[in-house]
Amino acid sequence: MSATAQRFLTVCSVAAALACPGAALAQATIKVGVLHSLSGTMAISETTLKDTILMLVDQQNKKGGLLGKKLEAVVVDPASNWPLFAEKASQLLEKDKVAVVFGCWTSVSRKSVLPVFEKDNGLLFYPVQYEGEESSKNVIYTGAAPNQQAIPAVDYLMKEVGVKRWVLEGTDYVYPRTTNKILEAYLKAKGVKAEDISINYTPFGHADWQGRVAAIKKFGSAGKKTAVVSTINGDANVPFYKELGNQKVSAEDIPVVAFSVGEEELSGVDTKPLVGHLAAWNYFESINTPANKAFINQWHAYIKNAKRTTNDPMEAHYIGFNLWVKAVEKAQSTDVEKVLAALPGLEVPNLTGGVAKVLPNHHITKPVYLGEVRADGQFDVVWKSNGTTPGDAWSDFLPGSKDIEADWVTLKCGNYNTKTKVCSGQSYK
Amino acid sequence: MLGTELQVERKRLLDRPDRHGHPSGRGARQHRERWRSSLLLAALLFAPPALAQSRDDGFLAALGELREASFLDKERVVERLSQTGHPSTRAVITAFLEDRLYVRARDQQIFIVKSTDDTLTSFALVDPVSLQDAGSGRRDDLTKIGTNNRLRKLLRTTIARFDLSSPNPAVKLAAIQEMLRGLDQESIALLRERVGVETDAAVKEEIQTGLALAALDGNDPRARLEAVATLAHRLRPQVRNRLAGVLEKAADGTFVEPDEKVRQAAAAAVRGIDRSRALYAGVETLFFGLSVGSVLVLVATGLAITFGVMGVINMAHGELMMLGAYTTYVVQLALPNHIGASILVAIPAAFLVAGLAGVIVERTVIRFLYGRPLETLLATFGVSLVLQQSVRSLFSANNRSVETPAWMSGTLQLNDALAITLNRLYIVIFTLIVFAILLVVLKRTRLGLYIRAVSQNRAMAQAMGIRTEWVDAMTFGLGSGIAGIAGVALSQFTNVGPNLGQAYIIDSFMVVVFGGVGNLWGTLVGGMSMGVVNQLLEPYAGAVLAKIFVLVALILFIQRWPRGLFPQTGRAAESQ
Repeated sequence: MSATAQRFLTVCSVAAALACPGAALAQATIKVGVLHSLSGTMAISETTLKDTILMLVDQQNKKGGLLGKKLEAVVVDPASNWPLFAEKASQLLEKDKVAVVFGCWTSVSRKSVLPVFEKDNGLLFYPVQYEGEESSKNVIYTGAAPNQQAIPAVDYLMKEVGVKRWVLEGTDYVYPRTTNKILEAYLKAKGVKAEDISINYTPFGHADWQGRVAAIKKFGSAGKKTAVVSTINGDANVPFYKELGNQKVSAEDIPVVAFSVGEEELSGVDTKPLVGHLAAWNYFESINTPANKAFINQWHAYIKNAKRTTNDPMEAHYIGFNLWVKAVEKAQSTDVEKVLAALPGLEVPNLTGGVAKVLPNHHITKPVYLGEVRADGQFDVVWKSNGTTPGDAWSDFLPGSKDIEADWVTLKCGNYNTKTKVCSGQSYK
Repeated sequence: MLGTELQVERKRLLDRPDRHGHPSGRGARQHRERWRSSLLLAALLFAPPALAQSRDDGFLAALGELREASFLDKERVVERLSQTGHPSTRAVITAFLEDRLYVRARDQQIFIVKSTDDTLTSFALVDPVSLQDAGSGRRDDLTKIGTNNRLRKLLRTTIARFDLSSPNPAVKLAAIQEMLRGLDQESIALLRERVGVETDAAVKEEIQTGLALAALDGNDPRARLEAVATLAHRLRPQVRNRLAGVLEKAADGTFVEPDEKVRQAAAAAVRGIDRSRALYAGVETLFFGLSVGSVLVLVATGLAITFGVMGVINMAHGELMMLGAYTTYVVQLALPNHIGASILVAIPAAFLVAGLAGVIVERTVIRFLYGRPLETLLATFGVSLVLQQSVRSLFSANNRSVETPAWMSGTLQLNDALAITLNRLYIVIFTLIVFAILLVVLKRTRLGLYIRAVSQNRAMAQAMGIRTEWVDAMTFGLGSGIAGIAGVALSQFTNVGPNLGQAYIIDSFMVVVFGGVGNLWGTLVGGMSMGVVNQLLEPYAGAVLAKIFVLVALILFIQRWPRGLFPQTGRAAESQ
C-alpha cells in the first residue's frame, strides 16, 4: 500500500476513534476543526496542511495542552467540493462545537464557508495567499494579501530585472482575475502602456499550452524585456512549464514569476527546465534560520519521510496555530468573541526570523521573498523585503476598494468606506 | 615586466574619447581588458614559473571571493576570472553555470564537482586551478555556489566567447547566436576577428549578421545601407527590432537615422521580414492545430472502434487511457537508466495492459448488456470510477511525473522564424502510424474481416461459423489497447493522475460523432479539423471561448448532418 493510502487509513481510524468516545471526552478536551480536502483535485495541496495541523496539535498536547485541557483535532473531508465545504463547516461548528477551524485553500471554498462562520460565529484561520478584497470578523487571514506577494514581485521585476512588458497569465477563476485586475491597475499607475500588458486566462487543468507559449514568445520578442506573471493554479502548471522548456523560452529571456507554485507543487516534477523561473512567497523551505530548521526536522519526524517538503501555507498554519494558542492563553477562554478580542496586536515569531503580528483588519505582517527555482526543486532567495509588510485587505489600486478600510478594533467593520463614512456591508459585514 | 608596460601604453591609447565623442565607456574598457588578457596570454608563453605561480594565485583569489559574494559581486568576479586568462577559466565558468562549483565546509576550499547526480552521497572533486582530480567529498560537507538569471546569462556569454574558436561548427554557431542576444563591443571585436578566418558558411552568415547589426551604429551611410541590405534577409526578431529602431524618431522629432535612403531600405526590410514572419506564424499555427488534432484522433481512435464499430458507449474509455499513461510511468520506474528506450517499451506494454483490462471489462460487464445502451453507459461509468479509485489507492491521488526522453524534447529549428517542437512532431507521426496500422488490421487481416462481418450482420456472421463472442472480446480489447497507446502519448504532455481520462472522454466522443460513427477516416478528418479550428480561434477568442465555439459549431453541425462528416451507407447502416 502506498504511503498516502496508509496515512489516509490512519486518519480515518483516528477520526473514527475520536467520534465514538466523543461524548465521554467532550468535557476534557478543546476541539480543533480541520477543514481541508483530503480527496479530489485539491487533495494534492490540502492534505499536507491537514497533517501540519495534526502535528501542531500533537506538539501542543505534548507540552501539556492548553488551559489544562488536551487538544483534539476533528478532521473532516470536504472533498474539493465547494458546497460541501459549507456543509462540513456547519457540521464542525454546530455538531462538533469546535473552538477554532483551520482550513480552506481555494478562494471559492473560503467564500462558500464564509456565511456559515458568520452565522454560527465561528473562527477560521485561512492559510493561503489570496486576492484580498475581503475582511470578515470571523476569519484571520494568515496568508498573503496582494500587497504582500503580487505587488512586491512586480516591483522586483520592474526595478531589478528591468521588465517593460508584462504577460498576466492566469487560470480562469476569482483569485487570478482579481489579482490581475489589481496588477493591471498598478502597472498602469506606474506608467506601463496598455499595449505592453497582455492578460490571458485558461481553464483549470489546461494541458495544451503550445499556442499560449508561442504567443508569449511573440509578445516577448518586441525588443523590450518581458516577464510573465503567472497565477496559473494547480496541475496546469506542469504542462505550462514543460512547454516553456520545449519552446526554449528560458528564464534568462522571459522569466515567469508564479504566485501559486511552491515546493510542494514542484516535488515530483522534473525541475531542470524550470531553473531560474521565479516564485513570490512569504516563506521558502531553503531559508536558513534555526526556527525553520527545527520546523523542518519536526515535520520530517512527524510525517516519517525525510523527503517531504515544507511550504508557505504550512508556515501560515504554524503562525495561525501559535497565534490562536497565544490568544486563548491571553483570554483564558476558547470563547470565539473573547479570542477574537485578544487576537489583534498579538505577535508570534515566524519561521524566517521575523514577527507575525495580527492587525486590526485580521491580516498579519509578513516578510516577502522572491526565489529562483533551483534544479532540485527548492528556491534560492534573490530578493527579500525590508522587514515585514502589513497585509492590506482592500487594495489601494482598485477604484472601488481604495477608500475602503477594515478595522475590527475601533471601527468594528470589515469594509468601512472612508468617504461615505458608512460600514457598507459590502459582500459580508 | 614587459607585459605591464605594454598594457599601460595600450591603456593610454584606448582611453581616448570614442567615436561618438563620449568618454571611453564600458565597451572600451572591456576592449582594453581583453587586450590585457591576450597580452597576459602572450606573456605566459615566455613566462618564468614564478609568473604562472602568481597568475594561479590571482585566479584563486578571485575564485575565493565567490564564497561570500552577493549575486552582483559574483558578476564582477566572473569578469575578473575571465580576464586572468588562466587556462582553467573555461572549465570553472562552465562548472559554475552547470551548478557544479562547490565550497567544502571543512576548509572553505572551492572545487569543481564532476557530477551532482541525486543518487550520489559523495562527489568526485576536481581542483579548479590544475583541473586534476582532488579526491572526493561528502555531499553534506559541500555547499553549492548559487547563480541567478543575470549571472547565468553572463556566464553563457563568457563561455560563448571561448567557444568562438571551437573547431566544431555547431558549437561555434550556438556561441555566436548566444552573443547576438546581447551584442557588446567586446563581442563585436571578437566577431570582426573571426570573420576573415571563418570557413563554415552558416557560421559566417551569423557573424555577418552580428557585424551588420554593429555597422548600423557606424558613421558611414554607405556601410549602414549595406548593413540593412544584409539584414533584410534575416528573420530573427532582434534584427527586426533593430531595423525598426532605425525608423524611429528621437525625442526632438528628428529621425534617429539621418540618411533618407537607409530609412527607406530599412522600412522595406522591416515590411519584408514582417511578411515572412506572418507567413511562418501561420504555418506554426497550422502545425499546432495538427498536433492538437493528432492527440484528438489518437484518443478517439480507440473509441471509434468500441463505440463506432461495436456501438458500445464506453464511459471508461478515458480510464483505459489513464491505465496506459500509468503503464508508461511504471515502465519508466523499472528502467530508470534508459528513459529514452522506456517510452518505446511502454507502447506495447500499455497496449497489452489496457487491452487486457478492456477484454476483462467486456467479458464481465458489457457482454451482458449488448443492445441496452443506457445500462451500458451506467455500468461503464461505474467501471471508470472503480478504475480511478484503484489507481488512487495504488499510486496515491498525486500526479506522477513521467520524464520526457531527451530525443523527444527540444525543437527542430527550421529557420529563424519557425521552430517545431519535437514532441509534437513525434505525436503527429505516431498518430498517423497507429492509424495506418489499425486500417491494415481492419482491412487486411482475418480479425479485421471478422470484426467487420460481426458489426455488419451478427446473425449472418454467426451462421458462417464465426465465434462472435470471441470477436466481440477481441474488438473491445483492440479498441481499449489503442486507448492505452493514446495514454502513452498523453503522458508526454499532460499530467499523469487519476483524473487524466476525464479530461479527454468528452473530446473523444465529440470527434467520433463529428467524424461519423463507424468510420475511421471520419475520425481522422474530424479530429484534425477540430484541432486546427481550435488553434485558429484560440489567439482571438482565448482558450475558454475557443472551446465553446467549437462545441456550439459541432452541435449545429450535428443538427444538420446527424450522421457526421462521413456517414455510413448501406443496409447495415440503415438498419441501425
